[in-house]
Amino acid sequence: MMVQQSEIQDKNSSMEESTLAVEAHGLVKVFGDNRAVDGVNLSIPSGCIYALLGPNGAGKTTIINMLNTLLKPDGGNAKVFGHDVVREAQVVRQLISLTGQSAAVDERLSASENLRIFAMLLGLSRSDASKRATELLDEFGLADAANRTLDKYSGGMRRKLDLASSLIVQAPLIFLDEPTTGLDPRTRMQMWESIRRLVSSGSTILLTTQYLDEADQLADRIALIDHGRVVAEGTPRELKAAIGRATLHLQLADEKDAAEAIRVTQNVLNVKASTPERTLVTAPMADPDRLTDLLVSLREAKIHLATVSVQEPTLDEVFLALTGDGKQTEKGATTP
Amino acid sequence: MTAQIVPGGQRRLKNRVTLRMTISNSLTMAYRNLLLIRRTPQQLFDVTIQPILFTLMFVFLFGGAISGSVSGYLPIIIPGILAQTALTASMATGVQLREDMDKGVFYRFKSMPIARIAPLTGPLLADIVRYAIATSLTFVMGYLLGFRWASLDGAVVGGVLVVFCSWCISWIFALLGATLKTSQTVQGISASILFPLGFLSGAFVPTSTLPWWLQDFVNVNPLTYIVSATRQLFNQGTIGNDFWLSLIVSIVVVVIFAPLTLRAYLRKT
Repeated sequence: MMVQQSEIQDKNSSMEESTLAVEAHGLVKVFGDNRAVDGVNLSIPSGCIYALLGPNGAGKTTIINMLNTLLKPDGGNAKVFGHDVVREAQVVRQLISLTGQSAAVDERLSASENLRIFAMLLGLSRSDASKRATELLDEFGLADAANRTLDKYSGGMRRKLDLASSLIVQAPLIFLDEPTTGLDPRTRMQMWESIRRLVSSGSTILLTTQYLDEADQLADRIALIDHGRVVAEGTPRELKAAIGRATLHLQLADEKDAAEAIRVTQNVLNVKASTPERTLVTAPMADPDRLTDLLVSLREAKIHLATVSVQEPTLDEVFLALTGDGKQTEKGATTP
Repeated sequence: MTAQIVPGGQRRLKNRVTLRMTISNSLTMAYRNLLLIRRTPQQLFDVTIQPILFTLMFVFLFGGAISGSVSGYLPIIIPGILAQTALTASMATGVQLREDMDKGVFYRFKSMPIARIAPLTGPLLADIVRYAIATSLTFVMGYLLGFRWASLDGAVVGGVLVVFCSWCISWIFALLGATLKTSQTVQGISASILFPLGFLSGAFVPTSTLPWWLQDFVNVNPLTYIVSATRQLFNQGTIGNDFWLSLIVSIVVVVIFAPLTLRAYLRKT
């Protein structure tokens, strides 16, 4: 991971700004009263895997759909390889491919018919389209089911066919909207393999995920999305450093002590603590050496603890730490 | 190391779609819809059963009452049923489109570098097959019952006219399909347009028997032109004013409704 990161950074420094795969300024999308995307800035260097990480309904898919020309932004602008997504939409469409949350394939047709039609639409001749369809079906292990209609396919097989459909012609920018949601672990690993292979042959990947470990394993850079905003951005290492490598969980014996416990914790550890539940105080643990000091201070303040535990960061805690008890503050955005 | 693709920043691309691409994309989409028809032949139910049933029903039900005999009614009713069944078949276009547009695959079509209108023109082109089936079957039924055309040329031109006009009118139903929320509403509204249009025309009865106010409506109903033009082609083998009027009205429908449909379709995501 570290090696990959330094490679990416070297590439960045030698590259002009126009070779950014995605550049977005102040993107806004409003659905009725809901500001689904509320001023998103992104700059995604080409040749990397970039993850939009956030809970359901955070606005990840809406961001993707503005970048892939499916939705028109209500504010701001975005460019894909220097081409405006609204004014030069047809150029952008020639530079991207999309694998969506709902498998964008035709259930009433067979796998090979689906692939052949997409290939012909992309300008391949009838015979080239058939050839390419066969290649892709082999590559994704779907050759045996090639002539079955998709209503007899499992979810995982459909997802694979969906990805195969996006790779008929390998696009410079590939959008993967929750590519592994609902997949079994083995298929998930295969999907990760495919994604890494695409990057090694020159594509840029923009994916969305709800899974912290997926973003961690796969992405060169992550943008944390919440309530339609980017709440933090950076490499996985930077983000983890920002929230502490692990989280300290202090289960209080008495909920009346919560406010005092937060004060003491913040004083001693010098970080932001929060109470996701009434008797639970959590704080990022950047420096484990200070834990002893904290326990001593709590005893001096006569705060009794039920349990003490240390947990690896979860997505919830990342968000709590960065958004502050769910309140929208413009805090915590880290710069590389 | 795998082969490298051309980096996105170094590609020279055009922001325009050529006419050739539009045609080729539309034909591919039509091919897709033909595959779909082959997978679910039940879709052809309306264009196979209806011509057979309607011809038998109308000829024997109204033949004696309207024209005094079955053979005397055939020259009036066959062109009428021809237009009516083709038009009913074109109604299904809207319903089909509504159901299709909700499917995930349309998201892919929208994000692909293809002509924007191809996902609409494709199914509409494929539906020509349906109109052709309906038209041929009505011809066959008419022939079996004793209907004879004046000239083969006239019959062929008449058949093609009906197919062409139905295709043009199907854009109205396509717009309904692209605008309305559910396929049931599309079905309902299409049917309530189609019924008065079909029956309040010269399709089934001679217009001279109608009250004056109804005659006024019948005389501006485009279906009346199409039916009259087809009748003239079948029974006299000649092209008259109604033929040109039918063509003009149909083309005007496409010119108005195709752009509206495209706009409605692109708005929906």
